[in-house]
Amino acid sequence: MKFNQARWTRETPEEGGEVYEPLLSEKSSRAVETDDAPLPDDLTRDGIELPDPAEPELARHYTRLSQMNYGVENGPFPLGSCTMKYNPSFTEDVAALPAAATHPDRSTDSIQGNLELRHRLAESLARIGGMDSVTLQPPAGAAGEFTGILVAKAYHEQNGNDRNEIIIPESAHGTNFASAALAGYEVVSLPSADDGRVGVDALRAATGDDTAALMLTNPNTLGLFERDIEEIADIVHDSGGLLYYDGANLNALLGRARPGDMGFDVMHYNVHKTFATPHGGGGPGAGPVGVVEELAPYLPTPQVSEVDSDGSDDASYERFEPEHSIGKVHGFAGNWLVLVKTYAYIARLGDPGLRDTSAKAVLNANYLARLIDYDIPFEPFHHEFVASADRDAADVAKRMLDYGVHPPTTKWPEIVDEALMTEPTEAESRAALDALASAFDRAAADDDEALETAPERTAARRIDQADAARNPRLSWHALDDE
Amino acid sequence: MSSDERADGNRGTPFAPHTAAETAAMLDAIGVESEDALFDIPQDIEFDGALGIEPRSERAIRKEISAMLDRNHDLTEFLGRGHYDHYVPSAVDHLADRSEFLTSYTQYQPEVAQGFLQALFEYQSMLVELTGLEVANCSMYDAASALGEAATLAIRVRATSGDRVLVPEHLHDGRRAVLDNYLAGTDAVVEAYPMDDGIVDHDGLADAVDEDCVMVYAENPTVRGTIEEGLGGIGDLADDHDALFCLGSDPVALSLLEEPASVGADVVIGDAALGLGAADGMGLGLFATREEFLRQVPGRLVGAGEDSEQKRAYTLTLQTREQHIRRERATSNICTNQAWVALRAAMHAAWLGPDGLIDLAKESVTRASEVADRLDGVNGVAAPVHDRHHFREVVARTDREASAVKEDLEAEGYAIHAIDDHLVQVCVTETNADRIDDLVAAVEAVA
Repeated sequence: MKFNQARWTRETPEEGGEVYEPLLSEKSSRAVETDDAPLPDDLTRDGIELPDPAEPELARHYTRLSQMNYGVENGPFPLGSCTMKYNPSFTEDVAALPAAATHPDRSTDSIQGNLELRHRLAESLARIGGMDSVTLQPPAGAAGEFTGILVAKAYHEQNGNDRNEIIIPESAHGTNFASAALAGYEVVSLPSADDGRVGVDALRAATGDDTAALMLTNPNTLGLFERDIEEIADIVHDSGGLLYYDGANLNALLGRARPGDMGFDVMHYNVHKTFATPHGGGGPGAGPVGVVEELAPYLPTPQVSEVDSDGSDDASYERFEPEHSIGKVHGFAGNWLVLVKTYAYIARLGDPGLRDTSAKAVLNANYLARLIDYDIPFEPFHHEFVASADRDAADVAKRMLDYGVHPPTTKWPEIVDEALMTEPTEAESRAALDALASAFDRAAADDDEALETAPERTAARRIDQADAARNPRLSWHALDDE
Repeated sequence: MSSDERADGNRGTPFAPHTAAETAAMLDAIGVESEDALFDIPQDIEFDGALGIEPRSERAIRKEISAMLDRNHDLTEFLGRGHYDHYVPSAVDHLADRSEFLTSYTQYQPEVAQGFLQALFEYQSMLVELTGLEVANCSMYDAASALGEAATLAIRVRATSGDRVLVPEHLHDGRRAVLDNYLAGTDAVVEAYPMDDGIVDHDGLADAVDEDCVMVYAENPTVRGTIEEGLGGIGDLADDHDALFCLGSDPVALSLLEEPASVGADVVIGDAALGLGAADGMGLGLFATREEFLRQVPGRLVGAGEDSEQKRAYTLTLQTREQHIRRERATSNICTNQAWVALRAAMHAAWLGPDGLIDLAKESVTRASEVADRLDGVNGVAAPVHDRHHFREVVARTDREASAVKEDLEAEGYAIHAIDDHLVQVCVTETNADRIDDLVAAVEAVA
């Protein structure tokens, strides 16, 4: 596969030569004063200076920028732990239905459609996770973690337990540590055992009266299933702690294993990963949180419940505040449009599609791993694996860009030397995986110079990130000041 | 064969390309008999039951969701209070929906993500222009979480002597509730200071602020739509007590009202109010601050740098602040944010241009004043309740109970807020301005 990303360059009037597509402010900028405002002068500013493109110019600007951007529809995007699967187009259309465009302060009676969709989605997610109740309010995975930890904290407080530690395996996602800290907990970092999993002895030693919860990803970030999960759950529960499931890797288990059945008490779902809502260049996602019955009274407010339908065809729905609710984690009710897309995707798959999704995701990871000429120290992995680049993983990744694929997550988890954390997802065909494998191997075979000067076929060439951080220029004002 | 089935009868996900023959060949290459053999799940926790979710066709789901959402009453909304329905031009939808934007993710490989990075850099720049502050991030989830992040930033940079966070008496419940949760892990306490006829009671705030205070939060416009008249004084009070001044606003209001930097704001938060219309509360959290707090900023930042050809290029920068590197010592836990909404907001702002933005802001003032006048002419209604200038929305007093007025109006096809026993709130933008006559007629009938 050969790849040349679209690359728009333009000469600048100043010395220095060329830029890629100029900034909007460099194309057309206007300073406008706030004359004749229907307000006293002392309540208004003097004016603003902003880009002023006509619509055709706007369209061309953003179209060119889009051409200098790589998405799932451009090619393979095996970014580990991010589940960059195909985002079905029809879900965009259902989210764009005019009837979905409502204000969050609508009365319950007037918004039965939204409440029904929310209720049904929460019910589906609860079944998929083996949980009893689900809140849809958290607007992202990390927000879900924060919510789940606040729920655990409220539960412990309600039960008179003053527990101040959260145990997190060293190889966990960075958000786990940050979310626990934001909720006011001390983080106890648990080293991985030699097999890449949680070591039950180390866990037993770390667990005690101070343990509020263990946060765990399963399969973990190496793609390994925590086979001792039941014993792990017992250790944590026996100490009085709760077990938190980070849903980032749920795609591996859809329809085959459920966190609730493994002993988890609280979990979040990353719908932008597992349930195919588009990642949007960084968001929005949504991070619904599921809990077992005992924790349901602590969920954020409001929750939606179905009202006894009195035998009529259309059930009705109401909003209520759970008895010991932690309050709110989003100013309104979360990322509604993302939730509509989630509902549509789950409905499209149903039981057979969900189960086939995990099958194909795991099949693809294993097939790709067999093809590439890299050491993969930890097995048996599921939907993702961590290969060792055996040279600078960042350089290898840059070279892979030239071969028309987005590279894996690099240099993480640190337990693997020069890690390439690879998650192809179910969306790649056998042919696409063959091409992806070829990109891996060609990059590995290239000489040092080729790697260090890569990429050479992308819109921009190798960017000096260290220099950008040393001399932060964060707006076009900062560029003008130079 | 139903349309859900693949040609080879393999009835699984329609979003995996594998034919049965390819699957077999791949299994063969791996050296296992079946997909099931690839799973290392202990048998007693394997799930072999049914989830009970029936797969449906794309067409059936579109009908199903349409039918569900059609149960929503078709009301003309005069609702605001932090979530605003400004008209979003078609160009924004079509350009933002380009799959290169929509289906990409965080720009870990900047060389293939220049387009989104530049768009976010432009978004940051627009916020820098509108706030007068030097640094804006690529987005928070919403105004409420941005307020929470502002408070945790204030605690990090100011909590040498105390831990009080002061917020206005009139504050959206959701913002207050989220702020409380962001501070749940700290010793900080949130306290409300009084307001005087809809804006900050300067003397009341002066009494409340002391050396233990790490942040003073105010809004312009306020949640009741009033335009603040003493911003500079609030900034001075905060500054005198070494507290940060955090101001809540939105890009439309910022294009006309006092520039935050000029009144001493240290942090600006808010909701974009642009880019998405009414979306059941989904929004975009703005976050801008002064350069001195750069290393304490939550979330992603895009910076300009150079590539190996010495051309200007963009990259995520100062990432050592973030959770994936700093873990429990990160400035925030945020990872996935609202980047695509930020892209839309920037497109929308560029589509409006500076004249369009300022015009929209001016109209927000005149429309609020117009709807207040009209409501004031109705028997049993007095508006505005606050003798102030207003932006987009006003509070009116009703002789009848506000909730009854709201309910009766809903039966007539209009949604408004009831915010107290005899107070209602009405918000007007370009999407409902042509229905003011109808609303007023309906209020006449029910008030």
